[in-house]
Amino acid sequence: METKDKVLMINPEKCTGCRLCELVCAVKHDGVSNPARSRIRVMKWEMDGVYIPMACQQCQDAPCMGVCPANAISRNDQLNKIEVDYDKCIGCRSCVAVCPFGAMGFNSIERKVFKCDLCDGDPQCVRFCDVQCVEYVDADDVAVLKKKEAAKKLYATSNKIALKEA
Amino acid sequence: MALDRKIAYIDLATGEIEVKPIPLDVRRKFLGGRGLDAYLLLNHSKKGCDPLGPDNPLIVSGGILTATCASATARTHVMAKSPLTGLLGSCNMGGFFAPEMAWAGFHHLVIKGKAEKPSYIFIHNGEIEIRDAKDVWGKTTTDTQWAIRDELNDQEVKSLVIGPAGENLVAFANVMTGVKNAGGRTGMGAVMGSKNLKAIACRGTMDIKIAHPVEALEYNKRFIDQITSAKVNKTQGTLGTPFIWGATNSWGGVRTRNFQYNQCEYADDIEPEAIDEICEDTMGPYHMSGCFGCQVHCRAQYRIPSGPLKGKYDEGPEYTSQGAFGSETDTPRAETVLVGNHLVDQYGMDNLETGSLISWAMELYELGILTSKDTDGLDLKFGNDEAVLEMIERICFRKGKVADALANGGIPASKTFGNDSFNYLIQVKGMSNLHSDERATPALALNIATSSRGSDHLRSRPAIDLYHLPEKVLRKIYSSPIPYDGPLSSEHTEYIGKPWQVFWQENCYMGVDCLGICKYHTTFLGATLPNFEDWPKVLYYNTGLEFTPEELWDISERCNMVERLFNLREGLTRDDLEKGDMINHRYFDEPTRRGAPDVVGTTIDREKFSKMIDEFYEHKGLDKKGKPTTKTLKRLGLVNEPSHML
Repeated sequence: METKDKVLMINPEKCTGCRLCELVCAVKHDGVSNPARSRIRVMKWEMDGVYIPMACQQCQDAPCMGVCPANAISRNDQLNKIEVDYDKCIGCRSCVAVCPFGAMGFNSIERKVFKCDLCDGDPQCVRFCDVQCVEYVDADDVAVLKKKEAAKKLYATSNKIALKEA
Repeated sequence: MALDRKIAYIDLATGEIEVKPIPLDVRRKFLGGRGLDAYLLLNHSKKGCDPLGPDNPLIVSGGILTATCASATARTHVMAKSPLTGLLGSCNMGGFFAPEMAWAGFHHLVIKGKAEKPSYIFIHNGEIEIRDAKDVWGKTTTDTQWAIRDELNDQEVKSLVIGPAGENLVAFANVMTGVKNAGGRTGMGAVMGSKNLKAIACRGTMDIKIAHPVEALEYNKRFIDQITSAKVNKTQGTLGTPFIWGATNSWGGVRTRNFQYNQCEYADDIEPEAIDEICEDTMGPYHMSGCFGCQVHCRAQYRIPSGPLKGKYDEGPEYTSQGAFGSETDTPRAETVLVGNHLVDQYGMDNLETGSLISWAMELYELGILTSKDTDGLDLKFGNDEAVLEMIERICFRKGKVADALANGGIPASKTFGNDSFNYLIQVKGMSNLHSDERATPALALNIATSSRGSDHLRSRPAIDLYHLPEKVLRKIYSSPIPYDGPLSSEHTEYIGKPWQVFWQENCYMGVDCLGICKYHTTFLGATLPNFEDWPKVLYYNTGLEFTPEELWDISERCNMVERLFNLREGLTRDDLEKGDMINHRYFDEPTRRGAPDVVGTTIDREKFSKMIDEFYEHKGLDKKGKPTTKTLKRLGLVNEPSHML
């Protein structure tokens, strides 16, 4: 599968808060049901009806990679993702502390860090998200898609009519 | 072995806690969730126990599939003897509570005794603690949940709570989790209140093992595709349950002015599209939300658009609120429905029962059985929006003679009011009917009459009976997994074959309630959705247990019989209007006045209704009085129950 330039794109407005992404992520990676093991987590503000899924952004200049004293974290250009080499990892959790998105987790049962690996090109959170809140798209398209969403909102605000997708 | 879930027995009086595993042979007989709860209730309650006394066990559970990799395993079930009906108390709700309880280590809780002071239970990764609730006692349902999170310093805690109504022992107080998920019926919130139990809080990060994770994941995808491809679920996901209102009201199936009409006029303001517009205006284009792991996302978000509570956030309103605070009270105004919905959510009381009883009181007021002297000057006439909202508050806080009586439930209130008032009370076994009018639909009338928790639309309703499906399609659905070659009719006004449909649906709904999944994921509103034939696979992949569709059917039948055994022990009869499988005389005597040609002018035929009951009893293996025969008990393996296996 060609995944070189694909990224997870999250559109929080669409999230229904069901957390199916958390469930399937844990089952896919660890074979058990447990959101604490999920690489993607839905943050909620229940009295405002706001739900925001958070996952690894696979940063270009990844702080986790920079901070790792064991050089265990590297960029996999083929899959456009940041990955952990568990043979090198010493479990110091510096990466957990430094990540601005809270995307690096620490599994307190197995005593090791974990993060999104994009399911090697077939992210299960995307596959199961019926409302397409989480999408897996070409990096170049992200800005265009965002532009279009923003333009749609601008149009709706000034014309009081919602545009439908062609 | 993937299945290692546990039951915790908690005594609030002594603080003793005992944890037991759930033996496999018990699973094979009662599966889990509601079925296993019924078994626990029959075993752990004594005949005639006081519903609000310390001996009434409160049972809280998730289904056998809760928190596994199956679709929409969000349902929490709560059971006890009901303070509203004196019979089986049972409620079921979505949200995120049961899965969190499972990750915290438990699938069933049996709570006995009464705490000395207001308390709440905190369950955290296998540990159970009884904590002081003095800081949250008196708080609304949502405030309680957020205050518990702050106290425990953990924003991921999920709680099942009661509001002021439960504390005040309102007989139809509910239990709630999240903003609007409610275990609404039969007054389980009052049982919690009677135990001084304000909340059960859970937080879990323990693994739920999956027997065959790869297969479970793939099958779940298939299952979800089947669920989301059903048109009815697409509509649910856009408009929520209010979508049911549109067709039902225009057709003539909506109780209006208590039971005077079967269609609500001038109701444009509460049409599903109108409600949806408010949701969109106040919450934006993506205003639907979902329960745990569910892709139907039928829960609409809204803010109250106008009036003194403008801007308050809530979810719903469900179809039930449109009837409860719209048609029954003849106040079909969006603001009244949305505010009414918000108040009952905050106070923790059943919207359906509340609206139904208010509309009954309004009819009594119209008839002069109640006067403004009784209501302390409140003009309790139909169509008075302010009176509806005022009554919700009065009932919750038991203010004034009428509201205080209503807070005890319909039948006790009818004894307070006297003067023929009981004849106008639209109830079965002490619980009010949904606002649907079943006079044109004998199958639905049979369903509410025989439901195990009193009048109810979620226990055995063959809702697809209204779709006029070809007989061939009906036969395909209703002849599996148990062959059936008796009559079936596509006509919803018919009586023939309906007892089998109700019996089949009763078993189907017991099935999903044992699994712990939502009814929108089975043969309820959609004819193409999964049932007995599809469940063995999802059970096997997730739990490793093998069942045939026929075995699952037997389990459902057995669990329904356990509920009936409980009800019979507590005084269930066949024909008695207070404790029987019987509907109000108005169904037989007052023809419908509005609606489509196949609806207007209809009543339920008394003789044919009685024949339906006979037939229904036959399918269930009951004698003419509604008691199981020895042969039936033997067939279902219930001869020596209660045997206290658990």
